[in-house]
Amino acid sequence: MRSLNASPGIAPVATEKNMEIRNKTYGDVLVLSPEGRIDHANSENFRNGLVPFVERCTASGEKLVLDLTGVDYISSAGLRCFMLAEKQTKSQGGTMVVASMQPVVKEIFEISRFTLVFATFAAVREAVAQLSPTALEAFDAGNK
Amino acid sequence: MRVRFWGTRGSIPVALTSADIRRKIERALALALEKGVNTPEKLQAFIDNDLDFSVLQTYGGHSPCVEIETGTEEFLVCDMGSGARAFGARIMAHTKAGSAPVVNIVMSHVHWDHIMGFPFFTPAYIPGAKLRIHGCHDVIEQAFRLQQSAPCFPVDYSRLAASIEFVRLQAGTAADIAGFRVTPKLQRHTGDSYGYRFERAGKSLVYSTDSEHKLEDPTETASFVEFFRDADLVIFDAMYSLLDAVSVKEDWGHSSNIVGVELAQMAGVKHLCMFHHEPAFNDERIQSVLNETIRFEELTRGERALRISAAYDGMELDV
Repeated sequence: MRSLNASPGIAPVATEKNMEIRNKTYGDVLVLSPEGRIDHANSENFRNGLVPFVERCTASGEKLVLDLTGVDYISSAGLRCFMLAEKQTKSQGGTMVVASMQPVVKEIFEISRFTLVFATFAAVREAVAQLSPTALEAFDAGNK
Repeated sequence: MRVRFWGTRGSIPVALTSADIRRKIERALALALEKGVNTPEKLQAFIDNDLDFSVLQTYGGHSPCVEIETGTEEFLVCDMGSGARAFGARIMAHTKAGSAPVVNIVMSHVHWDHIMGFPFFTPAYIPGAKLRIHGCHDVIEQAFRLQQSAPCFPVDYSRLAASIEFVRLQAGTAADIAGFRVTPKLQRHTGDSYGYRFERAGKSLVYSTDSEHKLEDPTETASFVEFFRDADLVIFDAMYSLLDAVSVKEDWGHSSNIVGVELAQMAGVKHLCMFHHEPAFNDERIQSVLNETIRFEELTRGERALRISAAYDGMELDV
């Protein structure tokens, strides 16, 4: 009898492509800005693209802001990637928040109950301000 | 094809408490005051039109037991949760004097919430009754005998008067049961569970409970999409929120409303019925989850709308 109980694990698969995620550093805050749909077709690529940044998100490292301005849909497989990233950052003592969700994505977040785990902010600037005054200065200087 | 739900709750049966009843009355009366209900006629209209399901009724608390009407003298049911007691009483009420019922039971698995109704299933005690218990596990008879033996139950399995036959099914191989083409599918659950696709006269329904889905696994996803393909009705384990299903309750063997909608949309299902409700949820919470799921379907809808409902004890659906 075939068993389905084996866990696929959380390590990224080296042979899969990594989604390129636009990123920008402001002081000790790293803002990641994925774009488009994060669905069943590309969620593993998204996860692989996220991993190097998540590894830098430690107690003494960078704080992460996931800027979802450019994300117009996210599926359960995509949300699972968020959860895996959150688990890792928490275990490393890091901080990760979500900002600037489009209305549809915001509703999906709420219905999925992900708002119980993730701190969410209406705008990236709000998130940066919450995480680090130094980073806010850099953010404001960089967005003049 | 008519489906009748005798038990819809997951894991353990629950019952309304006196506090739950009081809360319903408070909500109903508060709304009546707000609506200015002050005549018997207005009261009737108010009850009919203004109270939502969670106030007026209850989702019930029996564990899984779902009857599929066969249109013949034979009965067909999925699982023997605590809802099986009332199902057995109905069978006896519809059995003519001097005859004995024939009941086909299809088992998803033998965890306790899915077998606990059997010792209270009256047809099992009727001489001449025929019970055929179908399933893919090799431990079904063992489980039925075990729960009905000392010191757990006063009437030993050996004292059952009905003729009971255990019929082994194979995943992926269709069988003819009570006039239906029935195809089992292996599902992810501790000790394994099996979903069943029932087909007859161009109609199809899928009973898929106690099943966890790993949608990051494209092969597994594709196999369930094919299993659900174009079904008129899918009865789906939507016990958890997505958050719980991928975090604290990962690998607990259950799924979520979100994944149910996604799979049903991919498969072109017509009607998704959420099932195996969390025993910790009261009627308001289940109603809220249903409303949110309907909204999620609207947000993610493709070319065709998917009907969403939440099963309740006593619910009947025509397929």
